[in-house]
Amino acid sequence: MTLERLGSWITAPFRFLYHFIVGDDWTVAAVVLVTLIVIGFLNSNHIVSWWLMPLVAILMTGLSLRRHAVR
Amino acid sequence: MVSTSVVPVLITTFLASAVEAIEMVTIVVGVGATRGWRSTIIGTLSGFGVLAVVIAVLGVALQRIPIGPLRLVVGALLLVFGLQWYRKGITRVAARGFAGIGGQDPEEAEVWKGEGMDWTAWFLAFKGVVLEGLEVAFIVVAFGAGANQMGAAIVGGVGAVVIVGGIGLSLHQTVRRIPRSFLQLIVGTLLTTFGTFWSLEGLGVDWPGSDLAIVGLLVVYALSAAGYISLERNRIGGLKAAA
Repeated sequence: MTLERLGSWITAPFRFLYHFIVGDDWTVAAVVLVTLIVIGFLNSNHIVSWWLMPLVAILMTGLSLRRHAVR
Repeated sequence: MVSTSVVPVLITTFLASAVEAIEMVTIVVGVGATRGWRSTIIGTLSGFGVLAVVIAVLGVALQRIPIGPLRLVVGALLLVFGLQWYRKGITRVAARGFAGIGGQDPEEAEVWKGEGMDWTAWFLAFKGVVLEGLEVAFIVVAFGAGANQMGAAIVGGVGAVVIVGGIGLSLHQTVRRIPRSFLQLIVGTLLTTFGTFWSLEGLGVDWPGSDLAIVGLLVVYALSAAGYISLERNRIGGLKAAA
């Protein structure tokens, strides 16, 4: 078995997990992660921030739909 | 320990598992009908064995983690995963409405006339159950751990597979007519709702109305899905008119 093939076998579960959870639009996952960090920061400074995530989720869905429509 | 009530956990895990079970049953019934049932059933049972181990190991491991950090991580994962289904559900419902999955039996399935174990049938059934079932396992374990209701989540997941499997075995074509796209949209909406709620709770955010905020989030996401479906239909209609 070549090293390349062995590497492919080892990384296969991680590729599966990435494709399964993140899917075909990594920007949604990245923006959700950044939003969580921002909300954590705002919350630790006692700023009401619960409204931010639903807003971001809806906006990112719209952007993702648009990106897929263009493809 | 904070826990979400049993009913939403049962409904969400049941519906999410049903979405995947439809595809799983379609593959298994397709392979069984064309290549024979013995090897297909053994492949299916082997697949379920692997899934049971995955759920047991992950379930036990996750229940040892404190609920706060667990909800942050599980909520974030469910939110990202849920948004994927949410978008796909919107696209598919806009394009196909309430149509089932239709489709054909697996291409690889040719008539088997040999003796002994048919390893092609075994592998096709095993692969179908494991690949589709891993999504069920992920949702059941993550949802059960996040809600602190692992038992209810497992009942919901197994119940869906048993019911859809029963329909698939007795009424082969009926499974294909279950509106999978619409179910996917409902589950995507539910996962996005709980993912949003739990991830922010894990960060220590206080939701207005406490658990009642879940209903509010559900309404907001459902309304925005309806709006996006309408926009997508207009876009598809415009493309057809231009063609």
